Amino acid sequence: MKRFAKLTRRAPSGLLDYHRRWPLRLVMVATLIFLYAPVVALMAFSFNDSKRNIVWHGFTLKYYEKLFANTELMQAFANSLTIAFFSTLISVLLGTLAAIALWRFKFPGQRLYEGVMAMPIVIPEICMGIAMMAFMARTGWPQDLIWPLNLGAIMIAHVAFSFPFAAIVIRARLESFNRQLADAARDLGASEFHVFRDILFPHLSPALLAGGLLAFTLSLDDFVITFFTSGPNSVTFPVKIYSMVRFSVTPEVNAASTILIAMTIGLTAIGLRLHYRSQFQETAK
Amino acid sequence: MENWRKSPIVFMFTLLPPALWLTAFFVLPLSLLWLFSFGEKSGITGIDITWTLANYARALEPLYLGIFLKSLWIAGATALICLIIGLPVALAISFASTRTRPWLLLLIILPFWTNLLIRTYALIATLRGNGHVNSVLGWLWKIFGAQFTPLEILYTDGAVVTGLVYVHLPFMVLPVYAALDRIDRSLIEASLDLGAGHVRTFFTIIAPLAMPGIVSGVIITFIPAFGAYLTPDLLGGPDSQMIANVIDRQFKAANDWPFGAALSFILLYAAFFGLAMRGLIGRRAVMGRAP
Repeated sequence: MKRFAKLTRRAPSGLLDYHRRWPLRLVMVATLIFLYAPVVALMAFSFNDSKRNIVWHGFTLKYYEKLFANTELMQAFANSLTIAFFSTLISVLLGTLAAIALWRFKFPGQRLYEGVMAMPIVIPEICMGIAMMAFMARTGWPQDLIWPLNLGAIMIAHVAFSFPFAAIVIRARLESFNRQLADAARDLGASEFHVFRDILFPHLSPALLAGGLLAFTLSLDDFVITFFTSGPNSVTFPVKIYSMVRFSVTPEVNAASTILIAMTIGLTAIGLRLHYRSQFQETAK
Repeated sequence: MENWRKSPIVFMFTLLPPALWLTAFFVLPLSLLWLFSFGEKSGITGIDITWTLANYARALEPLYLGIFLKSLWIAGATALICLIIGLPVALAISFASTRTRPWLLLLIILPFWTNLLIRTYALIATLRGNGHVNSVLGWLWKIFGAQFTPLEILYTDGAVVTGLVYVHLPFMVLPVYAALDRIDRSLIEASLDLGAGHVRTFFTIIAPLAMPGIVSGVIITFIPAFGAYLTPDLLGGPDSQMIANVIDRQFKAANDWPFGAALSFILLYAAFFGLAMRGLIGRRAVMGRAP
């Protein structure tokens, strides 16, 4: 925090203390209530001892127990974690390679490559979902493989939109790498593999972890693209929650949602912390 | 940066795997969809690529034009409301003390990390007939001894706009905040010293200087709202369908893939147009600032 304070400008004078004026305070507080009240209510009512989701009847964990007894939902949860795990591994691998290629080399078509890589991030989700669905249907992608191979189509789609994000995080870390270190190692006879393993990799490791956590949450969180690529036997946690939500509002859905919220917020917080710490370390040196 | 020819093996090793993945599982599916948009249905599942433009022409029929207009209207209302809420919020954050600022920013971004589906579900529970909004209102009415009939909020266009604002507000606050943060504070002080009021200072000094951020915020809230699928699906009524829902129907219930593909590409071109505009305006802002 101290380091951060130095970078920002001096505190505003009394004349410009806009944040202390009541209209702005009011908007700020109202906005935060608008953003948080529905989600906090959702999480609170997952512990409510009543089927109807409105009045507080006392604390219970029975909806969580019910949740863990629901085999379909647990299967969907296992599917989500499996997909996220493999998608993360591949995304970090591809993201690292892409980041290194773009950082180290000058090559024709570089701008085009960067542009195409940014596309999965910016195009409407429905377009990507539909495209993947059409692609899997037309290439005759096998539908009824044994678990976990039946999740392959979803994993492939998740990697396609996750690895560009991982590449961005990893490339940001590469910017702080001293190229001369690698050059020196090569001059002293290290092979490309040794340079990567002993010099580049240790420097990159916080970003690899941060990029990995980002890819994991993206995969765990995705609904629209998964919805279009999943089949009847490859239902993920969000897709399952969707079918429950369509059906009705129940405390069980609240409990399932609360678990997912806790997981994604926890993972993203760790990921961002690592990302910023790794960047601040470099600027401090 | 070194020329790739200096170490072609390392270059190919780092370039090819991600490039191939992107080609096979992103460019190729999209190209296939693009081809379908010029095709005709033959039989139940067959599609002949006849390079017809009929699918695009069909999108201009009054029914679909109406849905495009509705999507434009909903996305426009979303962007406008996000701006009206987001501008004062961004202003409050940028003038907050250096200690509270990161926390306020975090509070704005945090909901962004929770699942879209779950946030939409939370809104269903809040807005429905016996939801939180209605129970709070009913409770207030009771205090004043009035008869309360629950409001029909859910399954309307208003609910869709509320849902989209709820989800996209951070997209507005962050770029506007970034633009406000770059403004030279002495300009604002000068304006106030010279006798302009706070409102006038805002409209003649702060807003024009923050314009690139405002434009960027409007565009990046508009684009995802325009292509929204889940929010109108869950919060909207039968007549609050947006383009993405129609696309979904073409690929599932209606089984008209060529038409669905054409609609997808119209949506995609609209998104690219918006992004290009944003790039153009951003570049002009940078050039205008250079001496």
